[in-house]
Amino acid sequence: MRNASLDRRTLLKSAAAASAATLLHAPALAQSAPRVTVIGGGFAGATCARELKRSGVAVTLVEPNATYTACPFSNNVLAGLRPLSAQEFGYDAIRRDGVTVAQQRTSSIDPQAKQVALADGGRLDYDRLVLAPGIDLRFDALPGYDEAAAQTMPHAWKAGEQTTLLRRQLEAMDDGGTVVMSAPANPFRCPPGPYERASLIAHYLKTQKPRSKLIILDAKDAFSKQRLFQNAWTPLYPNLEWISLSSGGKVTEVDVKEKTLVTDFDRHKADVANVIPPQRAGLIAQLAGIADRSGWCPIDPVTFESRQQPGIHVIGDACIAGGMPKSAFAANAQAKVCAAAVAGLLRGETPVQPKLINTCYSLVAPDYGISIAGVYHPANGVLADVEGAGGVSPIDAPPSFRALEATYADTWFQTITTEVFG
Amino acid sequence: MRTAGTIVTCLMALAAPAAAQSAAPAGASSCSGCHDARIASPAIPPLKGRPAPEIVAAMEAFRNGGREATVMGRIAKGYTDDETRAIAAWFSQR
Repeated sequence: MRNASLDRRTLLKSAAAASAATLLHAPALAQSAPRVTVIGGGFAGATCARELKRSGVAVTLVEPNATYTACPFSNNVLAGLRPLSAQEFGYDAIRRDGVTVAQQRTSSIDPQAKQVALADGGRLDYDRLVLAPGIDLRFDALPGYDEAAAQTMPHAWKAGEQTTLLRRQLEAMDDGGTVVMSAPANPFRCPPGPYERASLIAHYLKTQKPRSKLIILDAKDAFSKQRLFQNAWTPLYPNLEWISLSSGGKVTEVDVKEKTLVTDFDRHKADVANVIPPQRAGLIAQLAGIADRSGWCPIDPVTFESRQQPGIHVIGDACIAGGMPKSAFAANAQAKVCAAAVAGLLRGETPVQPKLINTCYSLVAPDYGISIAGVYHPANGVLADVEGAGGVSPIDAPPSFRALEATYADTWFQTITTEVFG
Repeated sequence: MRTAGTIVTCLMALAAPAAAQSAAPAGASSCSGCHDARIASPAIPPLKGRPAPEIVAAMEAFRNGGREATVMGRIAKGYTDDETRAIAAWFSQR
């Protein structure tokens, strides 16, 4: 009753018709189906919302943006191989499934009252909450690199305007220019992503601006699919240079006015600079008190329930998923397992021990794909690699194998975006 | 061991009609990240509605290297025979 009257009061204040419809439904549903709120409409959140709905749960998906811009394949946009529009997906199909989509920013979460407050004043009561906030870029971690600096030296690590900005800078650069990239220490979204990006930008330079060069300054000594990337770079991209942590690659400061990336040993003046800064779980994770000191969210590997806040589940890039990387494939796989666990918990069932897959493709060139795969299960409180499974593409495969993996990469993107948004 | 495995599989099959719509066996839900019935791709075939013995045989061949693969050899090695049979039975009923 308290909630019903609260909803009515909120309703009077609400100007948004869409939100009003959501609130009108809430009291009736409270009597029948259990209610789950999912915050974040990316690969993890959108998948989870649809799966929960299919299992008979009343679901509200809270996502401030009307359109989702996918990161996988956005490196192709940077290389001029694909329009940004091919990365954009809406929520109409998810609405048609019966999921209530609240296009709102979340202002706060009250885990005790089990209530989410939205920026428009609306409130959502939940039986269980799923958070899929993705990442926030840390604008406090690298001296000189703040949100304003990202307008000059884009990160393009969340696809959208930043992708377009970096693409325009690459297009405007003269032949003979220098592109400097900065890659962060682990963990971060899409471990092979910086190296796929370097490859595809190098491909663009090779074909359009052959006197140009690309330098990757890295805060690590090792990276995902490293041997495969380096094996391909030697013949394909002689103008691509990777400087490891041990070789002085860690960027310690950014000089925006000089468009220069500073390391302990050198200053790298760039014509185009792409700074991929350190990251943490999205802001909502900090609001909900589910992130630990690392900035990421510890979870139970069976149910994805937060180790810090009972009743709140965390999926996708924001969670600490043991051996699973922060990838769209992993987010989608986790979302399906989490949805089954949440639906089961609401029915009073004991969750089953899950098994999950991750597969990540990277393009070294448009017709040259490489992959990493893994199978994971709960062990010792974390999602651990199933021993004997997984691994990367063979180092000595013929061009036909690389071409086949490039085809699979393309098909995977079509399939997963259809499952999540189509 | 094989007898025990067969009994488990039979029990799962008996339980299947009630659970068919909701409960995917462990390891099944990740597959649709690549194998979706709505994308008519000859490169990555859908699994829904496929005869269970076909899926079991393919997984076995991927695992022992009898069938050429890119990622499926690496993935199949992460599944036991019992898990594969349960997953195959589930997909065949969908």
